[in-house]
Amino acid sequence: MITFDQVTVQYEDAAEPALRDVDLTVEEGELCLVIGHTGAGKSTLLGAVNGLVPHFTGGTLYGRVTVDGRDTAGHPPRELADVVGVVGQDPIDGFVTDTVEEELAYAMEQLAIPPATMRKRAEETLDLLGLADLRHRALHELSGGQQQRVAIGSVLTAHPRVLVLDEPTSALDPTAAEEVLAAVTRLVHDLGVTVLMAEHRLERVVQYADRIIHLPGDGHARTGPPAEILRTSTIAPPIVELGRIARWSPLPLSIRDARRAAAPLRATLADCTAPPVRPPLPPGDRETLLTARGITVTYHGVAAVREADLDLYAGQVTALMGRNGSGKSSLLWALQGSGPRRAGRVRVTGGTKGDADPHTVPPAEARRLVGLVPQTPADLLYLESVGHELAQADAESGTGPTARALLDRLAPGIDDAAHPRDLSEGQKLALVLAIQLTAAPRVVLLDEPTRGLDYQAKTALTDIVDALAAEGRAVVISTHDVEFAARAADRVVVMAEGDIVADGPTAEVILSSPTFAPQTAKILSPLPYLTTHQVARRLTAAAGDEETRP
Amino acid sequence: MSAVARTTVAAAPPATVPGAGGRRLPRTLHPVAWWVWALALATAVSRTANPLLLFLVLAVLGYVVTARRTEAPWARGFKYYLYLALTVVAIRVVFRAVFATGITPHDHFLFSLPHLPTPDWYAGIRIGGPVSLEALLSSATDGLRLACMMCCIGAANTLANPKRALRVLPGALYELGVAVTVAISVAPQLVQSVQRVARAKRLRAARAHGTKALRGIVVPVLEDALERSLRLAAAMDSRGYGRAGTATRRSRRVTGALMLLGMCGLCAGAYGLLDATAPAFLGLPAMSAGAALCVAGLRLGGRRVTRTRYRPDPWSLPEWAVAGSGVLSAVLLFANLGYDPAQLNPSFYPLTWPGLPLVPTAAILLAGTAGSVAPPPTPAPAPAFARRATTP
Repeated sequence: MITFDQVTVQYEDAAEPALRDVDLTVEEGELCLVIGHTGAGKSTLLGAVNGLVPHFTGGTLYGRVTVDGRDTAGHPPRELADVVGVVGQDPIDGFVTDTVEEELAYAMEQLAIPPATMRKRAEETLDLLGLADLRHRALHELSGGQQQRVAIGSVLTAHPRVLVLDEPTSALDPTAAEEVLAAVTRLVHDLGVTVLMAEHRLERVVQYADRIIHLPGDGHARTGPPAEILRTSTIAPPIVELGRIARWSPLPLSIRDARRAAAPLRATLADCTAPPVRPPLPPGDRETLLTARGITVTYHGVAAVREADLDLYAGQVTALMGRNGSGKSSLLWALQGSGPRRAGRVRVTGGTKGDADPHTVPPAEARRLVGLVPQTPADLLYLESVGHELAQADAESGTGPTARALLDRLAPGIDDAAHPRDLSEGQKLALVLAIQLTAAPRVVLLDEPTRGLDYQAKTALTDIVDALAAEGRAVVISTHDVEFAARAADRVVVMAEGDIVADGPTAEVILSSPTFAPQTAKILSPLPYLTTHQVARRLTAAAGDEETRP
Repeated sequence: MSAVARTTVAAAPPATVPGAGGRRLPRTLHPVAWWVWALALATAVSRTANPLLLFLVLAVLGYVVTARRTEAPWARGFKYYLYLALTVVAIRVVFRAVFATGITPHDHFLFSLPHLPTPDWYAGIRIGGPVSLEALLSSATDGLRLACMMCCIGAANTLANPKRALRVLPGALYELGVAVTVAISVAPQLVQSVQRVARAKRLRAARAHGTKALRGIVVPVLEDALERSLRLAAAMDSRGYGRAGTATRRSRRVTGALMLLGMCGLCAGAYGLLDATAPAFLGLPAMSAGAALCVAGLRLGGRRVTRTRYRPDPWSLPEWAVAGSGVLSAVLLFANLGYDPAQLNPSFYPLTWPGLPLVPTAAILLAGTAGSVAPPPTPAPAPAFARRATTP
């Protein structure tokens, strides 16, 4: 269906080609997953399928890409619209009209499909993706999962043979992601659509894949069955890591297969206690850095946060979880004092004049009390180079370590001359975090920092967060990523409809939840293991015991 | 998800329309019908300065708008047009009072503003001085006429979805329609992005005033908007936008020339029709020639475009009736039949109560029947605010 024949893509301003001599074939009806680190060429590969690369992005493509027999060299993206449907990461950016039904019809109107057929296809697509109830709704009022399904539907109405999805679930909470992936697998199984999908969160998608294209980062591509590619790839979801540790063969990819393979492992692990995920906090009373009581935030009379109480302690990392729109961001902004707050009190220790409420002090003082990195960190960046931004940050705060020193500790190797917009998501996050840390706040809040980060960047973020906590700061991270929360947080707070519905140690909260349990926990349940590191440590310790015993 | 499901279910039983009698099902009227109706009424208004007739027009507009508008965001704007209309009248009256053109001995003297002496080279305009009742009344009726015409346009905008109205543009103007549609949807996003960045600036405790502060907002917002528009362009391209064969250079030029000439003809025609002293050939002949040229241009430009329309609005009896009632009232006001034309523009010298001529009154009331002739609007699908409010 899709054939790449010796494809090399070279962008004008890049030293190395983004793709190099790529040869691959995707058969009809396959669900093919593209994996690789940020910058390994995933988007280039996906864009080349419908000719956006190079017709839209610029650059030079050597070799031949054919889709359903059509060469992309002679067919610009619009001429391939009836064969390839493309859905981007942020569905709202691709919407042209304003209601669900009109959006579904847009591609068909462009293809000059007769009105009667159009009507029929629109109805079919509404049913296929479960959108019938939403047909007259305005697009911007829908939830993230619904928007993503509309975006998929809007290209499906053209009856494409190939669907290209670029990180379709990266902005979604676990439940909405399931909803979208269920729709995609249904298309593959029922309609025989060929799907090419890039995704960072392999734990969500790897079980559905028929085949994996792995881009190791040097421009080449390796393809093969999932179990084979994942055995050696540099990126792997927890289920695969566990399989590697336990030397399971064949490598299980779904929770069901893994649980069946894991019976002996569970037996081995059952007779000893699980080592802690994170180093235990030093004993003694922890200092309370922030006390919030009765926080209420409303927008147009609807409560986003409802009388929330929260205490944050020095040296503790807290993960804030909950579905999209459950009030996580509103709570963080209210705690920092910059967001609206209708009622409640916040007290933060350690200001220049003793305890204070960040909402009532001037912004410069508030950021010395509580530092917040917003969901789109780039909102804080407006100068031409990293060097200027850092100098500006030093001028703004004047106290504490220099921004450069902080940045080098968080993410070494970012050049002063680089433009902030050219940095990767992880680097942008580190830059903004460094800027916020120049004010030396003891409470640090991160709003959805894991969005768009690959496994490497998430590991780096975990290390950063650990270092912040070790310095005696209180850190709060709002996230949808259960694997990240399991590894990085001491405590989990779950919100729903503006209420705090659960608050406790990580293991206690997420082990008992079907939505928030990480893969390792699901596989090893009822044993209280959260991460593969725990299992690995346990097994090495056991092996050590064996050796020393005789 | 759950909130959405609930609201949808709650709104599912369709509101029964009183008086529909099961014959006329709720549907949206063709947007062009509303525009024809409103423009015709505005033309009728341009004929008269009789305050009673003007108030009658306002009443008719109010009735039709309340009876036939939907719950969509663009349908809630009529009151802003009314505010605008009031402002127009007020400005007109204040200007007339300040830049008084003098007062004749027969006028009713009201009050006197302090007179500002102007230099000799500025002698044509007087500022301040005595103000008469006649002057104020005539300026108020003038303002009211303008206000009425604005409210007509406002009513059309309220009754017809502006985006649907753009969709009926002929194929040659399709690109223009898309550009406007995209611009309409980008504006709220831009506002949102400005709010987000302004809020984020407080986190950095950056200066709140001066050019640096402005830069701190403008740069991220513009970069954001640029990236977003590139993504939109890529999405539209991959969905087949611009796929229909593009016109050749020659045909584009011919189309442009035809359209330009046609527009000139239409302008000249409108001028000739509205100004009684203009030469006769500038009236109807220029108008029809211009219209013919425009149609030819659009036909030529749209010939190569192959595109279809999803669920086009039908044009049937209610559309004819609504557009017809508007046009008929305009024709009656221009026909000078059965009434004294002087009654349309009553004189202020001597100051008398204006009469209410029978035929023009009937004509305007006839336009008001659009409120009952048009099918009732479809009930709102779901209350919109529930979901939006939970997402900060």
